[in-house]
Amino acid sequence: MTTAWNAERARVIVDNHRSLPGALLPILHALQEEFGYIDGQATPLLAESLNLSGADIHGVISFYHDFRRTRPGRHVVKVCVAEACQAQGSDSLVDGLASTLGLSLGETTADDAFTIEAVYCLGNCALGPSVMVDGRLIGRMTVSRLGALMAEAEGVQP
Amino acid sequence: MSGPVTVYVPCDAAALSMGADEVAQAIAAEAEARHIPLRLIRNGSRGMLWLEPLVEVVTERGRVAYGPVSPDAVADLFDAGFLTGKPHPLGHGPTEEIFYLKHQNRLTFARCGVIDPVSVEDYRAHGGFAGLERALSLSPAQIVEEVTQSGLRGRGGAGFPTGVKWNTVLNAPADRKYICCNADEGDSGTFADRIIMEGDPFLLIEGMTIAALAVGATQGYVYIRSEYPHAVATLREAIRRAYAQDWLGHHIHGSDRDFHLDVRVGAGAYVCGEETAMLESLEGKRGMVRAKPPLPALEGLFGQPTVINNVLTLTSVPVVLAKGAAFYRDFGAGRSHGTQPFQLAGNIKQGGLVELAFGVSLHDLIYRFGGGTASGRPLRAVQVGGPLGAYLPADQLDTPADYEAMAARGAMLGHGGIVVFDDTVRMARQARFAMDFCAEESCGKCTPCRIGAVRGREVLDKIIAGQDVADNLALLEDLCTVMADGSLCAMGGLTPLPVRSALRHFPEDFAVGAKR
Repeated sequence: MTTAWNAERARVIVDNHRSLPGALLPILHALQEEFGYIDGQATPLLAESLNLSGADIHGVISFYHDFRRTRPGRHVVKVCVAEACQAQGSDSLVDGLASTLGLSLGETTADDAFTIEAVYCLGNCALGPSVMVDGRLIGRMTVSRLGALMAEAEGVQP
Repeated sequence: MSGPVTVYVPCDAAALSMGADEVAQAIAAEAEARHIPLRLIRNGSRGMLWLEPLVEVVTERGRVAYGPVSPDAVADLFDAGFLTGKPHPLGHGPTEEIFYLKHQNRLTFARCGVIDPVSVEDYRAHGGFAGLERALSLSPAQIVEEVTQSGLRGRGGAGFPTGVKWNTVLNAPADRKYICCNADEGDSGTFADRIIMEGDPFLLIEGMTIAALAVGATQGYVYIRSEYPHAVATLREAIRRAYAQDWLGHHIHGSDRDFHLDVRVGAGAYVCGEETAMLESLEGKRGMVRAKPPLPALEGLFGQPTVINNVLTLTSVPVVLAKGAAFYRDFGAGRSHGTQPFQLAGNIKQGGLVELAFGVSLHDLIYRFGGGTASGRPLRAVQVGGPLGAYLPADQLDTPADYEAMAARGAMLGHGGIVVFDDTVRMARQARFAMDFCAEESCGKCTPCRIGAVRGREVLDKIIAGQDVADNLALLEDLCTVMADGSLCAMGGLTPLPVRSALRHFPEDFAVGAKR
């Protein structure tokens, strides 16, 4: 479980990594692991610590799909939509989420329970379609199994 | 038999995705309930992914395989006597005798799935570090010569001769040089890098260390995509243990040579698999492609001479050093020497990893090994070489899988991924996806890629909607020419490959009135 944004904690994380060569990506990963996203307040902190401009920091955060700029739902569901999973019907998973939750890829449910994200390949291409639920990789996914997994993640009976 | 029975349950991500942890727990619990002493080892994957979780038991006949095992089947396996290799509906007999495995040429993947991935002792016992030990006895130029003579070419997609690249770095004067391993295996349909990093991580460490000795580098980075958390964890643990046993760090294995190695994690940008974008990312910047020249071999990471090789290239190096250039060179066809780990993916019955000498036909890979489509429907299209690779129709599967033969068919082998589609595929949609993917993943540095992909997606939307189809097809062709000829790197430059191959081989899918 991630913690709420905390400037002091963020500064400790930055200080722990800033001496690495090419430190910005490791720092951003560490911040996101702690807080679940990169808060806007991180930009001036990083700019000052790494002697870069705010624009440089913003440019890096916004370049990479991984870095979120808003807090995600309590559970993150990544659905692989690359070719090998397409060949095994990943479209039906995406459609299924749209019809059951009314969610498109990249959106979060109104109750903040789930964020659904597209991912291009999880490296499980012989056992697709694949999803990752809160970091757990699962293959041969179906709409009904995904529904059950998500209910389980929220601790409710499917 | 005396002593506890040894049982292997893979910890590979593909096996985990099918419940390997739950199976391992069920086996341990069942053994305890029956008071049977058991030695449970978590190995990598054998690459027969449709059989995962593939449980192996060490018997007098060697290792015997059962799969795919579910937790529910565990009690039944015990009842049937699987601990002594007795028959069971999930049984496949001795693992090494399974057709899929028996008919491969496993050089790079010889140990994968056999050993405990993070045990230095296991690695050594199965011939590990023999290549590095030999390299420590050679001069840098001799190592480079051995690799050059082996005919090893870059396995990341471009097929550039590895020895030539290393020689450039060796001869570049600098105080500091780097070895960067490109483990940003972003192509859909590929997982060989992941499987070897999870199943035999010391092999990559050994290959990178040999590269460092060859060119005089002291620092290495493995750039692994963030979608591979299990590979990141396994490689980090292996690096920790390699340091602890003097295979990394100062005075490697008692020599006067130093090499330091770190893992860096990508952040979900496909273009960072392009080598110069990867360097930018390693430097903590946006993954923007660099113009070449200067070559990374001369001005690479932090401006220093840098070897950039793919995981499969670097993991091919130890066997070249251990068994000699001639041994490796004897595998293959034409100018494609050695073996290639092919990956069977998508709508395929027996998906997995098949390491074979170059020159095997796509047909043999898909039918003899893969068993045809998973759905049982007729195969219609095969995409070879990832999202930037061509779509081939069913009647071109006689193409030999090597660099030159694929190029002659207007296709490319890329990283060896083969994605199978059955007859429900809509090729105009696949062409649209190619443009869509490029639009999503373009670094934005050059106009043909940044703008071309967006326009390509729009034009394909119009074609799919049946709007001015002939005019829009002409426009699409023109756009493909601009992207192919004018893009800075393979992202924009090769996106026309899947689009044009879909147009050429499946024109009916683009015609007015086609089922969309």
